Amino acid sequence: MTDETRARLADLATHLGERRRDDVVATAIAAGELAVEVAPGRIPAFVEFLRLDRRCRFSTLVDITAVDHPDRSPRFDVVYHFLSMYENQRIRVKAGVREDELVPSITAIHPAAGWFEREVFDMFGILFAGHPDLRRILTDYGFRGHPLRKDFPTTGHVEVRYDEAEKRVVYEPVMLVQDYRPFDFLSPWEGARHILPGDERAGGAR
Amino acid sequence: MDGSRRGDVLTAEQRIRNFNLNFGPQHPAAHGVLRLVLELDGEVVERCDPHIGLLHRGTEKLMESRTYLQNLPYLDRLDYVAPMNQEHAWCLAIERLTGTEVPRRAQLIRVLYSEIGRILNHLLNVTTQAMDVGALTPPLWGFEEREKLMIFYERACGARLHAAYFRPGGVHQDLPPALLDDILAWAATFPAVLDDIEILLTENRIFKQRNVDIGVVSEEDALNWGFSGVMVRGSGMAWDLRRAQPYECYDEFDFRIPVGRNGDCYDRYLCRMAEMRESTRIITQAVAKLREPAARTDVLARGKVTPPPRAEMKTSMEALIHHFKLYTEGFRVPAGEVYAAVEAPKGEFGVYLVADGTNRPWRAKLRAPGFLHLQAMDHLARGHLLADVAAIIGSLDVVFGEIDR
Repeated sequence: MTDETRARLADLATHLGERRRDDVVATAIAAGELAVEVAPGRIPAFVEFLRLDRRCRFSTLVDITAVDHPDRSPRFDVVYHFLSMYENQRIRVKAGVREDELVPSITAIHPAAGWFEREVFDMFGILFAGHPDLRRILTDYGFRGHPLRKDFPTTGHVEVRYDEAEKRVVYEPVMLVQDYRPFDFLSPWEGARHILPGDERAGGAR
Repeated sequence: MDGSRRGDVLTAEQRIRNFNLNFGPQHPAAHGVLRLVLELDGEVVERCDPHIGLLHRGTEKLMESRTYLQNLPYLDRLDYVAPMNQEHAWCLAIERLTGTEVPRRAQLIRVLYSEIGRILNHLLNVTTQAMDVGALTPPLWGFEEREKLMIFYERACGARLHAAYFRPGGVHQDLPPALLDDILAWAATFPAVLDDIEILLTENRIFKQRNVDIGVVSEEDALNWGFSGVMVRGSGMAWDLRRAQPYECYDEFDFRIPVGRNGDCYDRYLCRMAEMRESTRIITQAVAKLREPAARTDVLARGKVTPPPRAEMKTSMEALIHHFKLYTEGFRVPAGEVYAAVEAPKGEFGVYLVADGTNRPWRAKLRAPGFLHLQAMDHLARGHLLADVAAIIGSLDVVFGEIDR
């Protein structure tokens, strides 16, 4: 990243901090990108500001997604990416969301948010308030569960096959002939926390 | 009708009712497994509800339990029409988090193959769009060229489609000199093929009747619906990530950005044709640059993210251990998050990567351009005739590998 782009991002961060003091929780510049953390309730107002402000003009919604951190509270991060074709800049807006929390939809500001919010609902079970048509989008009709949550098994819960006797596709619980093997090659010498038998007697020596 | 007979009983033929029509999922003009639920008033589309996800394979979920290198081939399987462009975004994301500098030769090879991918994609799209509106010859001619390009893919990496050629830190193997000669020779003949296809289509009366003023995208639409790539350039905005936010060494290349004027299906077709000519120019330049002495470098940034050279493994124990560790444990990416985007043939393809410092991504979101383009289908098709739906889908350039992921 050149110094010039870093300076531009820093400028933008200060600008947002000054103009939207109530919205912005934190800003960070990493890997050449500006990330702004916002409270979930403030998202529509903040996104509207990003779209209309002369210094920002983030008129293109690039992406909405979520990240699951099961051990953290709030559990989810809802992540928005915006692009300004006029200022040639990108911004990432993040909001921490609890499992039972509603996120206000931004479909009224960016129509493109419609499918993204449906996808986040489908994959993570995060509800968006004010979305006109919050259906599942990628998973099967009648699917249960939210696949991208960390506690959803990679194998899923049901499998389908064509049943010759019934002459139709049938759903059955997943049957694995051998256990699903998540190969963990992460070196035990750095990072991974492998508890060896007997460690518990050492009384939290780790 | 003079109005005086309104009270009469209508015969069954005269009674008009709205139809709900299922378009696809097994329809040749749906470009894959798209199911459109169309509400029709006569032949006019009143509402269009795309049902996607029939090709959903849970790529993002699978990626969370595999190492960064094992995940690379999944990117090929997104937009399988131009696989290397997707790999590129994945490699860029990892390189930006790990701070890897890609050697010059690898950068040039990446540019070369990205542009080959762009031509692969546009050839498929332009010609099948022509087929959707009734022309059968263009796909035959276009696929002949695609075949030659896929042989270039094969000669570089051994696979015609699922290349796994771009690796974090460079590309897997160097290109043999004879391949560069052949690519150059092909690039010299290709504009003539484009001319042939243009003779078939550009001034073709049927093709124009089916595409001009169909699916018009205004500048405002393009912004509202988050369009990218040809979908914005067709509407007159000269937005191209290769120029606006250059990655690799695109800033060294001399190419123009074709722009449409009306934003209809026909202008998007013209843009794609012009882009293929520009890509051919970039290919020629890239081959010339690859032959310069400055480009005689390694093709991988040797270090922790890439394997040691094969020859070294025969003599050095450390190299052998490194190779073994790289392909079992994989490399670690420092904790952080990054969004890396490339100008894929269909638009902006991005990877949002959240790394937690281990050998596997915590979360990888693949941002496919087609997802947004298809989303606007309801907006674009409303008020058009049923027959135009096929033309609009054709010009949106959708591939379900990337939309459904």
